[in-house]
Amino acid sequence: MKYAYYPGCSAESTARDQYMSVNEVAKALNIELAEIKGWTCCGSTPAHHTGKLLSLALPAANLLMVKKMGLDMVVFCAACYNRMKAANHEIKANPEIRKKVSEALGEDYDGSVNVYHFVEVLLKDIGAAKLKKAFTHSLNGLKVSSYYGCLLVRPRDVTNFDDPENPTIIDTLITTMGGESIDWPHKVECCGGGFALTRTDIVVELSNSVLGMAKTSGAQCVAVACPMCQINLDMRQSDILKAKGNDYNLPVVYITQLLGLCLGISSKKLGMDKCVVSPKPIIELSREVV
Amino acid sequence: MTIVISKDKKADSLINDVREISGVDVRSCLQCKKCTNGCPVTGLAIVPPSEIIRRLQLNQEDDILESDLVWMCASCETCFTRCPMKIDMASVMDALRIMAVKKKASKQKGNVRLFNKSFLTTVRLFGRTYDLGMIAAYKAGTSSYLQDTDKFPMMLRKGKIALLPSFVADKKYIKRIFKKKND
Repeated sequence: MKYAYYPGCSAESTARDQYMSVNEVAKALNIELAEIKGWTCCGSTPAHHTGKLLSLALPAANLLMVKKMGLDMVVFCAACYNRMKAANHEIKANPEIRKKVSEALGEDYDGSVNVYHFVEVLLKDIGAAKLKKAFTHSLNGLKVSSYYGCLLVRPRDVTNFDDPENPTIIDTLITTMGGESIDWPHKVECCGGGFALTRTDIVVELSNSVLGMAKTSGAQCVAVACPMCQINLDMRQSDILKAKGNDYNLPVVYITQLLGLCLGISSKKLGMDKCVVSPKPIIELSREVV
Repeated sequence: MTIVISKDKKADSLINDVREISGVDVRSCLQCKKCTNGCPVTGLAIVPPSEIIRRLQLNQEDDILESDLVWMCASCETCFTRCPMKIDMASVMDALRIMAVKKKASKQKGNVRLFNKSFLTTVRLFGRTYDLGMIAAYKAGTSSYLQDTDKFPMMLRKGKIALLPSFVADKKYIKRIFKKKND
């Protein structure tokens, strides 16, 4: 199994832990991730706020690099994943757009590179049964809220990730690891996403709602698959306490960090010391060998 | 919602601009309000998404670009996902933001426009985003120096923010894309 890996800009700053844990888990499961040499930003929300061509050409530049590598693309950041899929979708559906994007790139791109999120690859290439055999440690009944947010699941026709209202891919992984995937209604609610800097008040409002529901539903931690969800839900807990008086103290970890623990990888190598709310209780719980 | 209809408006211009930019025709909207009911910022914004569409249909366009929702929409795409008429409302909101910049509508709380500009400038210069540069440019422009100052030492300590920009991005395509964008 070899993929072209697109880490995304946050992997170099706010989501170093995502980068570390994806690499560690891939290595342990013999998934070869060849990082795209010289990859560039997908443009994220600021690009689609600014212009359609810009928002499609920026991801397409990376898809073109991957096409030349002759591989499928793997992404972890949900925002990058969404933009890559959106570029492919529009380029395939509309010859006029393909022409414009290709003109901007100076080379033709046909929208043909397959794009997968890392968790999709785990279930597609390895599968729950084999994963279970690979785990040396267990989550020991840890109650986890699987949180998908917006950009993995929506729009359905563009990402084709899972059911847009009740996705279960991350839940399946949690159960496979011996955790309890709790039933809760905020799986695909928005955390405030890209408003982290501009409208912190909106992030506080929306993240408070997500965390509050997770806590009420009995979660001991929240598992995410997007760097923006992670930083909003984790780092803003102190602001939520100040603004709303709600002290959640709920660890928010990447699904790959939980997978790494169950594969016997040290929490340090998985970057878990970078979490703002300490995930120590989870690390201790998963120490027990299966 | 109260929409005052005046007859002396120029007909159909913003609805056409929106269609031109986004490829979305909002005239098929039934006003079922599933978009509004699912919108995470409905309770926070004054104008809900279904009202934006109704205003577009009625050519009440001056107010639309000044609506708080234009810069409060988080692009979560719940509206599009649940729309029975498959109206891509998230793309409509993108088109409205592009028109708001073009027509110099007011910047509104949070100044998302400045953030977008700062973000894209770092992408143009380095090929990837550079958080510190982007944050500095945004803070300088909004005089919000004190916001989140409590978080920076922690982020630096935990290595959650890079001190230097990335210099390994291949800017071959980036240069062309940004040049084309300005053509």
